[in-house]
Amino acid sequence: MSGYLFLAILGLSLIAFYVGRSTANGFVAAGGAQIHSRPIYHGAFAAVWVGIPALILVLLWLLFQDPVIDRLMLSSLPSSLTEGASASRMSLYLSEIRNVASGRIFGEPSPEILAAAERLQAWQAIAQWTMVVVVLALMVLALYIARSRMAPAFRARQNFERALDLLMIFSAVVAVLVTLGIIVSLTFEASRFFRLVPPQEFFFGLNWEPQIAIREDQVAGTGAFGAVPVFTGTLLIAAIALIVAIPVGLFSAIYLVEFANARVRGIVKPILEILAGVPTVVYGFFAVLTVAPAIRQAGSLMGIAISPNSALAAGGVMGIMIIPFISSLSDDALRAVPQSMRDGSLAMGATRSETITRVLLPAALPGIVGGILLAASRAIGETMIVVMAAGLTATLTANPLDGVTTVTVQIVTLLIGDTAFDNPKTLSAFALGLVLFVVTLCLNVAALRIVRRYREKYE
Amino acid sequence: MSDAAPNMPKPFDWSSPQAIAARKRRYAADRRLRLYGLISILTAIGLLGILIASLVVGGYSAFVQTHIAVEFTADAENVPVDDPASGNFRAVVANAVQQLFPELEDDRELRAARDILSSGAPNILRDHLTDNPELIGQSFTLKVPASDPFDQLNKGVIDRNLPEDRRRVSDVDIQLFESLEQRGLVSTPFNWALFFNADSRFPELAGLSGAIVGSFYALLVCFLISFPVGIAAAVYLEEFAPRNRWTDLIEVNINNLAAVPSIVFGLLGLAVFIQLFGLPRSAPLVGGLVLSLMTLPTMIIVTRASLKSIPPSIREAALGIGASKHEVILHHVLPLALPGILTGTIIGLAQALGETAPLLLIGMNAFLTSPPGGVMDPATALPTQIFIWADSPERGFVSRTSAAILVLLGFLIFMNAIAIYLRQRFERRW
Repeated sequence: MSGYLFLAILGLSLIAFYVGRSTANGFVAAGGAQIHSRPIYHGAFAAVWVGIPALILVLLWLLFQDPVIDRLMLSSLPSSLTEGASASRMSLYLSEIRNVASGRIFGEPSPEILAAAERLQAWQAIAQWTMVVVVLALMVLALYIARSRMAPAFRARQNFERALDLLMIFSAVVAVLVTLGIIVSLTFEASRFFRLVPPQEFFFGLNWEPQIAIREDQVAGTGAFGAVPVFTGTLLIAAIALIVAIPVGLFSAIYLVEFANARVRGIVKPILEILAGVPTVVYGFFAVLTVAPAIRQAGSLMGIAISPNSALAAGGVMGIMIIPFISSLSDDALRAVPQSMRDGSLAMGATRSETITRVLLPAALPGIVGGILLAASRAIGETMIVVMAAGLTATLTANPLDGVTTVTVQIVTLLIGDTAFDNPKTLSAFALGLVLFVVTLCLNVAALRIVRRYREKYE
Repeated sequence: MSDAAPNMPKPFDWSSPQAIAARKRRYAADRRLRLYGLISILTAIGLLGILIASLVVGGYSAFVQTHIAVEFTADAENVPVDDPASGNFRAVVANAVQQLFPELEDDRELRAARDILSSGAPNILRDHLTDNPELIGQSFTLKVPASDPFDQLNKGVIDRNLPEDRRRVSDVDIQLFESLEQRGLVSTPFNWALFFNADSRFPELAGLSGAIVGSFYALLVCFLISFPVGIAAAVYLEEFAPRNRWTDLIEVNINNLAAVPSIVFGLLGLAVFIQLFGLPRSAPLVGGLVLSLMTLPTMIIVTRASLKSIPPSIREAALGIGASKHEVILHHVLPLALPGILTGTIIGLAQALGETAPLLLIGMNAFLTSPPGGVMDPATALPTQIFIWADSPERGFVSRTSAAILVLLGFLIFMNAIAIYLRQRFERRW
């Protein structure tokens, strides 16, 4: 239904375009009068005024139709159902009504629900047809207004360009809106969590057992929301990843910049970039199927018991993933060091390696540190590798052979399956998400600052 | 000249043993550093090689599937002529298996023999007979997939020489299967089901079509949103925006958004699109929306880069003959920048195709046995399908997961190849 409406909007905008253009052509044919804008701009002007407001209206309508109907539905339910019912009970009613209305009937719905489902169908039909009628009327009205403003002297081009400007500004603001959306939604849900669980318990508690019962009949723990073991687990895995990635990435960059010829560079750089392009779910599967068993086997040969989801396997594979980040950013930083510094050092009789370690690395250090910070933020926020290869239980340990859990693993496990937005289990995922967002944001801002300041110094 | 000034230091003797030793040491350090670099690069490339090799070794066997040619008799008693879909195909399969092994009488043995065929055999038979109703009442031979243990047995994943209690198929099973092999009924054709079937609980029937269609819809939504919005935002920031605090803020914001962990976008999608706006869970529409928010910063950054690479002379020439600022952009700059923008778009979409975590949060990891019919239907995507299969315990899913990864990598390589082709074919150097 709404698909046809979008097609209708497109069609009417096209018609408006032709109407506008032929009107302007009419001015030309009538002769005499010099027209201000070319006919095509009259057409574009009409199309924009017919299409864009209608499109905005439809999108808003579709966004708010269901919430409004739900609200109405809840208030229209007989008091025998709603009396003393919790919010989750109410949302269960709603989904049952919706299922019955769309023909998916399980068991015997009560007569109240059946009546409500019929009401829902009627309301949905009303809402849909009103939308179609209102939108079509709006478009016809817009076309009429646009047509009546057209005249030989009408500044159609300027009008059209102003509309374009507004569209472009809106698009640029979308990125800001996304950030705002992230901040607002995370803080909103997290604040609801902190009303149920005090922040000091979350930030300083040493016990993390969030799997509490959502429904009364579930068997689950009593719940504890001390996130410290989750944070230390995240840091442990990220640290292992960096320990793997920094030497490999840095030495590769040094070799590529200072020793390799153009041909080797041309071959090796794209290969390293492939490592960054492999989807993380693939790394996760690699960690579970290949790396973790290999590490376990190596451990049992040496007589060490290694957990099947050890931090070492997850962190090691994550290290492979972030090698290209470190190598390409270090590469940029090393290449940005002016050739004169290199030449000066070599002219003083220093060897290649002395030039690199005593001149180039200190000069490129800010860029390299920036790259490492970006890689660290990537490692902390990485999800699929740890979801597949790291553990679920939060243990407070620094032993890389134990299984630990991370912030991202907890977010995913807490939000897959039963999600009710009124209990600490689900909401704690948003609190973790907020911490994750803030930490990675700080790392990114610091990294970008360092990189930018450094770049300005040599340019 | 003959007597040197007494206060001059003695000239350094470069050929003294100490100097030679020091030089040796310094050159050794030089060679060491070069060696470390080489080792690092070889390590990185070697790890990539191991990754790909383990996928190919694990996954290639899933591209073929063991089939068994069985002679079925669709008697009118079990399959009514006027409504073939309602027939009792289980009985037809049971009869066919009895015919295949006439020597078996024991119920238990017959059941074991029936288990050689996939549990989906009755459904395959039903589809075949509804398509060819003229076969009802006749005998015909149809190749049906073998069930997972026998597929693995045929491919050699299950070792026939292991003691019986350490493999999943019994000695009797192996005897039955070998008798089929001797009669030449076992074949291993290319596994088209991997591409044309939807997901299934049975590895031998599971395929990727649902995931491919779901990924396609999500990427379509993602493209329809991030392409126009990204270009418009980039054009505004690069060509029109005044340099002030607000545009600086937008710019910093875009750079930071590009580095936000993908799972945070999943949380945003869950809280805003599903909770607030009431869009359906698991729908490719929501997946596409979330992915478009993620690719938007990439789109803006690459579009700005390709707008920057258009020389100012083009703009000045157009302005000079009376074009408006908008006309300069629309008629000259954008068309010239388009190859670069498209290259960036394809690379951005390839990234979105491999993204998993946000799709998990909005529920695109559902178990679905049919491909989605539109953007509002529940669906999975390729990476989430990989995640689902990686979690499945059946042996057959291990190789299928690797195969699914190879398919996903194939799509990614294809998209990147198009991007590279576009860049080399259309990019102009000014």
